[in-house]
This record gives sequence, structure tokens and C-alpha cells, in this order.
Amino acid sequence: MRKQQSFLRERFAKDSYIMTTLVSKDFKLKYRRSVLGVAWSVLNPLLMMVALSLIFSHFFRFQIENFPLYLILGNTLFDYVSRSTNYGMLSIIDAAPLIKKIRVNKAIFPLEKVLFELLSFAISLIAVALVLIFFQIIPTANILFLPLLMLYVTLFASGLSFALAAFAVYFRDLVYLWGVVVLVWMYATPIFWPIDMLPDYMQTVIQFNPMFHFVTYFRQIVLWGDTPSLFSNLICLGMGLATFAAGYLIFRKLQRRFILHV
Amino acid sequence: MSKSQLTNKHAVKPTSAMNTLQSMNDNDAMSFNSTNHASNALAEVACAGAPIDASLPDYAIQIKDVKMVFNMASEQLNSLKEYVIKLIKRQLFFSELLALDGINLNIQRGDVFGIVGTNGSGKSTLLKIIAGVLEPTEGSCVVNGVIAPLIELGAGFDLELTARENIYLNGSLLGYSKSFIQENFDDIVSFAEMHEFLDMPMKNYSSGMVARVAFAIATVIVPDILIVDETLSVGDMFFQEKCERRIQELIDNEHTTVLFVSHSIEQVERICKKAIWIDKGHTQMIGDVNDVCETYKNSQ
Repeated sequence: MRKQQSFLRERFAKDSYIMTTLVSKDFKLKYRRSVLGVAWSVLNPLLMMVALSLIFSHFFRFQIENFPLYLILGNTLFDYVSRSTNYGMLSIIDAAPLIKKIRVNKAIFPLEKVLFELLSFAISLIAVALVLIFFQIIPTANILFLPLLMLYVTLFASGLSFALAAFAVYFRDLVYLWGVVVLVWMYATPIFWPIDMLPDYMQTVIQFNPMFHFVTYFRQIVLWGDTPSLFSNLICLGMGLATFAAGYLIFRKLQRRFILHV
Repeated sequence: MSKSQLTNKHAVKPTSAMNTLQSMNDNDAMSFNSTNHASNALAEVACAGAPIDASLPDYAIQIKDVKMVFNMASEQLNSLKEYVIKLIKRQLFFSELLALDGINLNIQRGDVFGIVGTNGSGKSTLLKIIAGVLEPTEGSCVVNGVIAPLIELGAGFDLELTARENIYLNGSLLGYSKSFIQENFDDIVSFAEMHEFLDMPMKNYSSGMVARVAFAIATVIVPDILIVDETLSVGDMFFQEKCERRIQELIDNEHTTVLFVSHSIEQVERICKKAIWIDKGHTQMIGDVNDVCETYKNSQ
């Protein structure tokens, strides 16, 4: 038992070191040779927000208070999930030369991509802070719930990435399909439209969209300054955990034959 | 077939009591590995560090009835469309390739084992199974100790990164800790002889230079088992000699078990003490390196 424990501890230490070196590699490569570098992680969500709020406030005229803030919150969070699942999905295929030659824990690769995107998300929070300052909104103490939300969403994104990475090894078509799915999913999530514009039955349907819960949670703690209820915490945690567990099980089941297919 | 059975007698046969104990150990090891066969050789340090079971013979590697079947059809199917077409045409899982069949091999600690055979005979497949990268279709492979795999040097290098960054990246993938890499950084660099290019992206390196760095990283630890697969052919003559010296050092001073694959029979004869000859996935002969190489050379 103790042998197994120290075995696991050693493995964990090693895997987390690999993960850090991979994240730092991604970070270096992402910003290498760009003039503004990391600043893009802040600028990008800001520019997106400006563009989207120009478009939507002119064409749709939703009655949403602090619309740009509403928008950037939904957008950055959705971006985090969309990017981490997209890169996570490709992680095993991209790591093919490695997997074929070195004996490593394959779960590292999708997880590393999610953590890297989590880092980008954390940087993009600076953009959110700038918008808060611009609109002179002082967040309440409820903003302290943010790490909790990040945990929920990270669990969720990791689970999805595990499953997608495993399936993508067997069917490359998934890579193209997922882009479309994410697009539809983005429109089905209240990122730039208000939830009360939906008819009643759709308000029930949208409860099944995990991103709806995460985005609402995010706005609650940052924009509206509400304390998220125990119920919404449980829902977000439950969705995160269930997705993580399912994704990881799929990944573990399929990973043995990865090497024959990558 | 009869020939391979004959040669199997060369392999050490454990007694029946040892056999049962060993099979228990096998199961143990397999279940350990089954959680993640690819976890890493270093993970086994934990096991190796623990007092070694007295019943465990001094084997570094035990390969039992290993069979490896590749599914030729499934290797090419990359998309759903192809899959459906093949399914309709009933061509799915059409051809199977038997890469290895009934390989039995026990390698003792400190053995220096050469693997010879023509191209496509299954040498690399066998090495991949030993390195834990591939799982055999049937049979088992138990490895006791830390493996330094030199299967195609430079796996895990990102050529956009500099050599310095790659040493850390590759080191971590081989299971080294950060402090270990920091301590041995200078050794790696001086062995590879590339002080002046340390902060240059590796895409500007020649393949020989990449191989130098990779060899230096892989052999900076004292591995229990060193797997060398055609790697020495990349570097220049002097570096090849240097690598050979380093391998010889590991063999003489540290009793490292070495598995050596090379198409240069002279090199195999020079470095190895024993050898196995594999042909089309079957063991042709196991035994003293000179005998095996002699027979192999005459078979052509």
C-alpha cells in the first residue's frame, strides 16, 4: 500500500513537472516574435467586446445594462472553453511523435492545453478589470467566488477535452465537426442576448446547457454582485465533475490503442 | 518454427516454483502498468527502490510469449467517411500484420544485448514494447528498472525552442526533476559540445547536432536499462566514438543493461555480449553475439 502511495506520489510529481514545462513551452511559442506579446491576451477580448457591442447594440437593441461588460464576461468565459476544447482535442494527435517514442502519461497532453488556456483566461481577466474601471463598477466581495467558478469550468473543459482528444484519434472528422458544434453552442448560450428574450419552454431547455450556468454564475459575481446560491454552486460543480469523470473514463478506455492510430 | 523452438532452449527457463511466483509478479506488474502502461519508466524507481523480492530473479527484462498484431486497415482509416466506405465494402479489418510472434526473451541485469535482423523484421516493435510505448497484443513484458530510451533521438524536442529550453522540456519528458536537470545542465552541454549554440532555436541545428543534445540528455542519468536504436549513425565519427565510450562506461562501471540495435554488425559485435536475431517476427536465434552474428551474416 505504501509502495503504491509513494509510486503515485512520484508519478504525480513527475507529471506535474512535465505539465509545467509544456505550459511554459506553449506560452513561449504563442508570443514569440509578436510585438505586443502577452498584451494580446488582454487586447483581444477588449477588441472583441468593442466590435460585438457596436454590432449588437445597433442592430438588436437589447435592453441590457452595462452591455459591454455583460458581453465581455460571457465572451471570455466561452472563449476559454472553446479554445481549451479545440486545442485539447488536437493535443494527442499533435503529440503523436512523442507518444510513439517515449513512455509518458498521455492524460498530460489534453490537461496541459486546458491549463494553458486557463492561464490565458486569467490574463484576459485584466481586460475585464479594465472594463469594470471604465464603467466605474465596484465589484462586491462576491468576486471572491471567482476561483470556484474557474475550478468548475476547468473541470468541465478538461472532461470535454479528454473525450474529444480520445475520439479525435480515431475519427479525424471530429476536428472539423467540433468547430461547427462550438459555433452553434455559442449562439445557444446567452453571451450577447438576454435570457428573458426566450419563450418559456426555451428557458427550460437552456437549463441543460452547462455554459448557460457558468456564464450566469460569472455575471452574478462580477456584474450584478450577487451571491451565487448553493443550488447554482451545486449545479456548476456537478456539471463540471460529471463531465470530467465521463471524459476521463472515455480517455482511459481508449488510450491503450492510441499509438496504433496516431 | 522448429528452429525457433530449438533456439528457445537458449533462454533461461525458470523452475516451476519460480514460474508461479513469477507469474504472480507478472500479474502484479501488469495491473500496475494497466492503469497507465505508458506512465514512465522512472515511475518504477519507486518499485526498484524498494527491497527487491528475493523470488525475483536478476532479470532486467522478461518477455514472455509476446505477440504483436498490427491491423493494417485500421492504421489507414483516418476519417469517418473512409470508415463507412470500408465498412460497406466489407474491407474492414481485412489484413493483419503479425509483427512479432511468440517472442521469449530474458535479459539479465548487466547483459549487453544486441538485436539483429533485416528491415521490417520487428526489431523496433520489440524495443517499443520494452520501452513501454506499445502494448503487446498477447503476452507480457516486465521491466525492472529505469529505462533510458534512445529510440530515435530527439523525440519531444520542439524545434522552435532553443537548445536550453529543449533540455528542460526533454528532460522532464524523460522523467527528470527540475533540480536534477539544473545540476546536470553543464554536463549535458559539455558532453554535447554546444556551448555557443545554446540559445539558438533548434530548427537551425543540423540533425547530427540535434542527436548530440538528445544523446547527452538521455545518458546523463545512470539508467538501469539503456535502449539504443540506430541512434549513433547520425553523429559524426568523433561523436559516434564518444557515444560508444559513454555506453561502454555505463556497461563497465554501472552494470547498465543495454539493448542495442544497429545495422552495423561490427558495432554489435564490438559492443554486445549476447544477441538475438529476429526474422519476420520470429526468433531465429538467441545466444552469444559472435555465433548469432555469424549465422545472421551467412543467412544472407
